[in-house]
Amino acid sequence: MRRDRILLAHGGGGSLTRELIETLFLPRLENPLLKSLDDSAVLVMNGQGHAFTTDSYVVKPYIFPGGDIGKLAVCGTINDLAVMGARPLWLSLSFILEEGLLLADLQRIVESIGTTAGEAGVQIVTGDTKVVERGKCEGLYINTAGLGDIVAPNWLGAANVKPGDAVIINGPIGEHGVAVMSQREGIAFQTSVVSDCAPLWPLVKAILDTGAEIRAMRDPTRGGVSAAVCDIARASNVGIRLHEDALPIGREVRGACDLLGLDPLTIPNEGKVLVFCRAIDVAKVLAAMRGNPIGKHARVIGEVSERPPGIVTLRTTIGGERIIDMPTGEDLPRIC
Amino acid sequence: MKAMVQNIGELSHRVGHDVKFMEVCGTHTMVAFRSGLRQLLPDSVRLVSGPGCPVCVTDPSYLDAAIELCGRPNVIIATFGDLVRVPGTDTSLERERAAGANVRIVYSPSDALLLARECPSKNVVFLGVGFETTAPTIAWAIWRAARDGVQNFSVLCAHKTMPRAMDTLLHDKELRIDGFLCPGHVSVITGANIYRFICERYRIPCVVSGFEAWDVLKSIEMLLRQLAEGRAEVENEYSRSVNEFGNAAAQRLMDEIFEPCDAVWRGIGIIPGSGLAIREKYARFDAAKALSVQFREAHVNPLCRCGSVLRGAASPLDCRLFGRTCSPTHPIGPCMVSSEGVCAAYYKYEGVAA
Repeated sequence: MRRDRILLAHGGGGSLTRELIETLFLPRLENPLLKSLDDSAVLVMNGQGHAFTTDSYVVKPYIFPGGDIGKLAVCGTINDLAVMGARPLWLSLSFILEEGLLLADLQRIVESIGTTAGEAGVQIVTGDTKVVERGKCEGLYINTAGLGDIVAPNWLGAANVKPGDAVIINGPIGEHGVAVMSQREGIAFQTSVVSDCAPLWPLVKAILDTGAEIRAMRDPTRGGVSAAVCDIARASNVGIRLHEDALPIGREVRGACDLLGLDPLTIPNEGKVLVFCRAIDVAKVLAAMRGNPIGKHARVIGEVSERPPGIVTLRTTIGGERIIDMPTGEDLPRIC
Repeated sequence: MKAMVQNIGELSHRVGHDVKFMEVCGTHTMVAFRSGLRQLLPDSVRLVSGPGCPVCVTDPSYLDAAIELCGRPNVIIATFGDLVRVPGTDTSLERERAAGANVRIVYSPSDALLLARECPSKNVVFLGVGFETTAPTIAWAIWRAARDGVQNFSVLCAHKTMPRAMDTLLHDKELRIDGFLCPGHVSVITGANIYRFICERYRIPCVVSGFEAWDVLKSIEMLLRQLAEGRAEVENEYSRSVNEFGNAAAQRLMDEIFEPCDAVWRGIGIIPGSGLAIREKYARFDAAKALSVQFREAHVNPLCRCGSVLRGAASPLDCRLFGRTCSPTHPIGPCMVSSEGVCAAYYKYEGVAA
């Protein structure tokens, strides 16, 4: 079987993405900072910790219910900083534009970038513009990098989770993926689901301000909740059990997933955060989250144990138990 | 739910021996694994999966033919998503797409027809793989293409029908099936009566089941009750969607476009009369004829046990490739590719045996 080319699934954030990172990127680029493979690199300069991250956005279509590629590019990068316990401060912004793109569309997207950045208290401080021939990219792609100051008192890496911790999420899952899929040609279906795309920093700050001991946070984007918890279980070498009847999944998202043969747990989110904290801090953390507009529906969805190490399981509604595995990644290309 | 599990326990006790029930629908396979319901069954009740995943039962020579087609200039392959990752002899549609072939994923045959209208200079070939559930939608697309005189749309047809396959499995001495969970989606089209011969000829109970976990548990309970009371009948647990006679309009449409043919099932072999071929009247929409497709014998990994898994004769855990060289990331057999495949379900939901 030929394995000489990149497949769409290599970009899905699942096991093929991981394989590419581990077999192609890491061996050639390895250093201690990169190796942790967290959402941001943590750099210490003059005693102050900084989080540094980058992300590219290729979502199709570039305007979707609840947002557009510009809002997504700001939120996605801010959120990767926030989940490391960093206050996002500065962003870079690079455009790859297709010849023929409507200026009105570009204007709308840049306005959306400005508004989102303003709301989140970050500044766009550097940028770049390239144009390629018609047909060589679809509308536009955006790359952003972000820099923030770590304010969390402890390191929030994926390897930091301990048995006995609780798993909390701030609201219903699967909305971003379903909203984007509903607009795709060949699938297009009527739904009132809108993307949950939102900056997480205000919510994360409220969580950190409680003084509770937060072990780790993750924004479950590509690969959804499944990929995020599988990553954490593996990095921390712990067992994680989720409860199906506790998972917040809207009726429309569930219906769309049934129709398309997808698992809501693997659908990307853009305004959700998984919080791992000590069980005794749960009430405090939940109260702080519920006081925030994007944390109103926060709830505990699972717990961490010693066994089985590295494995995530789901207690099903009817009382069975099954494994949650890292998704392969081919189901939802170009969702963010 | 607890009461149902308790009933199943009591009934299996009354039956007094180990029983093996087979489901023959990929969606049932998924439900059984995703809900973890197999763990709620007593040890004496085994639920096995039969040839219910359409991608899995497709002969590899068909995939090779599709792959050959996608390499021709002026051809666009339109297909359901599951098929693109299934390996043929040397490669898969997914890998050929990465190398430049024109392979599009569609969610219905009507979208493939639409694609043909949008690309008049290309031949759009839809890969017609599936059971009675999808056959009417393909018949509908062919019928409309004929009505509107669309010249550049055709179907590479490998459709199959379920009752003959169930009949064949009952002749397999290795298997000894005590009851069938009949596929709900197929039965919406065909009606529940098509399974009556199984009860009459083989004295084996059948229950048409819905797709929630409790539907499947309820159906298992109904099968056990039939065994305990010495009955063998077709019962309908999915009466909210299925009746005795099925969807007459869909059946008429299928009959207009298709005729029965012998079909090759991966793992089972040729089952006479178990396939659907496009009738001569619509031959110009039959890609095999219109584009002169040659089917050649395919070469698959001899260690792959998908064939036995599909008959319910082996568990994925019996396969030497399972979880070692064959995984959802790098599948070797179709049962590891399809979301409805038994190997993928074992791998994802039961974990690789330590």
